[in-house]
Amino acid sequence: MYSEKVMDHFANPRNVGEIENPDGVGEVGNPVCGDIMRMYLKIEDNRIVDVKFKTFGCGAAIASSSMATELVKGKTLEEAWEISNKAVAEALEGLPPIKMHCSVLAEEAIHTAINDYRVKQGLPPWEEKSPHHHEGGEGCELPDE
Amino acid sequence: MVSDQRVIYLDHAATTPARPEVVEAMLPYFHDRFGNPSSIYRIARESRKVVESARESVARALGAEPGEIYFTSGGTESDNWAIKGVAFANRKRGDHIITSAIEHHAVLYPTRYLAKQGFSVTFLPVDATGLADPGMLEDAITEKTTLISIMTANNEIGTIEPVREIGKIARDHGIPFHTDAVQAVGHIPLSVKDDNIDLLSLSAHKFNGPKGVGVLYIRKGTRIDPFLHGGAQERNRRAGTENLAGIVGLATALDFAVQSLPREMERQKRFRDRLIAGLLSSVPHSRLNGHPEKRLPGNVNISFEYVEGESILLSLDAYGICASTGSACTSGSLEPSHVLLAIGLTHEVAHGSLRLTLGEENTDEEIDTVLETVPGIIGKLRAMSPLYPGKEKECHV
Repeated sequence: MYSEKVMDHFANPRNVGEIENPDGVGEVGNPVCGDIMRMYLKIEDNRIVDVKFKTFGCGAAIASSSMATELVKGKTLEEAWEISNKAVAEALEGLPPIKMHCSVLAEEAIHTAINDYRVKQGLPPWEEKSPHHHEGGEGCELPDE
Repeated sequence: MVSDQRVIYLDHAATTPARPEVVEAMLPYFHDRFGNPSSIYRIARESRKVVESARESVARALGAEPGEIYFTSGGTESDNWAIKGVAFANRKRGDHIITSAIEHHAVLYPTRYLAKQGFSVTFLPVDATGLADPGMLEDAITEKTTLISIMTANNEIGTIEPVREIGKIARDHGIPFHTDAVQAVGHIPLSVKDDNIDLLSLSAHKFNGPKGVGVLYIRKGTRIDPFLHGGAQERNRRAGTENLAGIVGLATALDFAVQSLPREMERQKRFRDRLIAGLLSSVPHSRLNGHPEKRLPGNVNISFEYVEGESILLSLDAYGICASTGSACTSGSLEPSHVLLAIGLTHEVAHGSLRLTLGEENTDEEIDTVLETVPGIIGKLRAMSPLYPGKEKECHV
């Protein structure tokens, strides 16, 4: 069901770990839903010079995190902000429809980490384009408690 | 990926390989002895004879009469037939059904369907080990109750329910008792007479028989509507030309399973207990799901905190190990297993469950391999997990 690229990034994830004193951190997802993604950014001169992640989740969630870190590394913040969930999924040679939400999570992790940096810098956070611009990402609905 | 690698198959609750002897026994009935049992000429009469002798053999294995055995397309059909058939046949008497919260979807969804049709359904809760409480069940009975359906053994956590006691209660109240025994038949001793069972579902491919064939046992005198309407097969109760080869395969497989049952139970229990003790002691933050003793001989179900089940399965697959999980991420839905939630697991812990189910071809060496492999996989995934506190000393990867 998974592409070879997904299996590769799952079995040999890139940039796993944490960054000490990161410039930006983004954590998205929910353990109730079965996936949680945390992304750490090191930023110099408006450019992402290092990135690490930690993820609790399925194969697609781990592979999406890994791919997302590869895609943002070396990019300016503006460039990184433009990386969509679709781009993450395409770089992984596709995800099964039920797993598209993992790529959405990856995009959200990038955005949350970038905005964390911006707020720490005293800058206004960038706004998400629209809540419905993701392609094919089903969210997890939290059960009523 | 695993084609040139040895496969360690530990998903026997999903399905089992058909025995070579079973396949051998089935083969003549595809071509040489293909006659329709309902026809009149000699080759058809031979087919009829074969079906009836299979029926007798299945009846013997279950402690039933041959006239109480109905061949179906498998466990799902048997469950659907039992539940809808009994509910509708008794609708004038009542419209209340009692079942448990941990039934297989093949029981759960038909009862939900009936609820939509105006029936009322009680879903009995289970305790933390997955056991239904007969006392609670008796309290749930009303004058309108026309069916009780409680599984013999759970497919996910392996807990064996007190069917004999439940059957006794049902019989004392004059209510038909159905049990989904798909995971139990051929794996633990069972008798429809001794266990007070009125309807029982079984499926051949769970005990080294072919897929696509099963049985519904219906005790004589049980009121039930047909499920498939059409021809007069199965004494007018289940239409459709008999799955001749499949029926032969089912009966042959059941014979083998019943014969080897005492030996296999011992062997699988030993493997099961080695796996449970080994994994719980080598992996911190792990817990056994299901009952510690009242448990299928071949079932292991363990939750590993801070990791997600599908990623465990994918990691195991790289070693050629086939297993299963109750995590939402493999189910096609976003909810984890209803069984794991019903025994009180949080969503997080339910997501981290691993089910290993044993079968006849498993060996001590395979169990060794699993015990050596799993701790490293969990350690690697935990090292990646933002939830893992990492305070305990982790196993070496």
